Amino acid sequence: MAKYKIVHYINNFFAGAGGEEAAGMKPELHEGAMGPGLALKAAFGDDYEIVATVVCGDNYFGEKTDAAKAELLEMIKKYDPQLFIAGPAFNAGRYGVACGTMCKAVEAELGIPVLTGMYEENPGVDMFKKDLIIVKTKNSAAGMKDAVPHIKTIGEKMVKGEEILGPSIEGYIERGIRVNYFHEKRGSERGVDLLVKKCRGEAVETEYPMPKFDRVPPNPPVADMSKVKVAMITSGGIVPQGNPDHIESSSATKYGVYSIEGMDRMDKKDFMTIHGGYDRAFVTENPNLVVPLDVMRDLEREGVIGELANYFITTTGTGTSTGNAKGFGEDFVKKLKEDGVGAVVLTST
Amino acid sequence: MVKEVERAGIPVVHIATVVPISLTIGANRIVPAIGIPYPLGDPNLPEEKSKQIRRELVERALKALQTPVDEQTVFE
Repeated sequence: MAKYKIVHYINNFFAGAGGEEAAGMKPELHEGAMGPGLALKAAFGDDYEIVATVVCGDNYFGEKTDAAKAELLEMIKKYDPQLFIAGPAFNAGRYGVACGTMCKAVEAELGIPVLTGMYEENPGVDMFKKDLIIVKTKNSAAGMKDAVPHIKTIGEKMVKGEEILGPSIEGYIERGIRVNYFHEKRGSERGVDLLVKKCRGEAVETEYPMPKFDRVPPNPPVADMSKVKVAMITSGGIVPQGNPDHIESSSATKYGVYSIEGMDRMDKKDFMTIHGGYDRAFVTENPNLVVPLDVMRDLEREGVIGELANYFITTTGTGTSTGNAKGFGEDFVKKLKEDGVGAVVLTST
Repeated sequence: MVKEVERAGIPVVHIATVVPISLTIGANRIVPAIGIPYPLGDPNLPEEKSKQIRRELVERALKALQTPVDEQTVFE
């Protein structure tokens, strides 16, 4: 039986060319395994062969990414491999980015399985964990020994088209992918089990870890509300009748900015809700329940607030990823600042 | 979105029905709202009363914006 062919990517340092002084080296091709590839070769055994090792300096790759990628792809293509392995990069940032970039490029161009390894804080992890299987390694090359068996097991499964199990079982970094499967116990039973364990003070492991959220320190308070321009924002899905920008009723990918100039209240003739996460009957009748324009106008007239921005900003909160929501925020704060908004009231259903 | 407004240096108050979510995402000034399908008001009451509730909530939100906080604070 013919051997499965592997091409391996490493950087200047692991190729023995040198550290920073060699980081500018252009792509090179070496027949067979070298450096960390020797450990991979030993682990993969006789059915596999590392037919070539391609090497590139981390700086060259970082500065001339497109050129490096194209040259390396040409080198790799010739061997017609069944598997491409990059690194592991451990905690080397530029190397991690290079490994991730090459894996994605090889997967796209050659249509073969690709695999890399990194330490969880390598910046390459955040860039590529959703697209690639990245074996979890220690932060230095001393972790090679632990990483090799995982690379071998996952690599073999990839080549043979076998199912790769969850990240904690196979030793790779979570991609944020949920896979459906049949559990011998139904959800309610598992839920109660977890609760009982928790009540007993035993260690519990959630089946669905919540994403980590970052924190922003609170701003100093508004000194004088009667001199400030206030803007209203909502995740409650209020849009002009007909939803002109087609904002989604769940898992929104966009937000809208809509005029309330000259309006004393949110009139149901002008506005509707497209939010798919609550019973819309009440808000359809009275959109002020979500965007309190009527009250804000009263407060503006009474001089309690300096001024109300002549628009509101809106999207649908339900099912919308925190990543998208953050993106909306980053985008619309520019407008708020340009318009001199000094305080924001954000409403959520 | 609340956090990006805060990050931009603009004081922000979150009027939210599900306070635990607001706490989890990291809003610093939080005013609990009335109900999920009607956060600001109570349509089961006559509109005048409902609007009065809305006014109280917004006033509380404005008060929150004028109150110094150094950690996440729920203005009940």
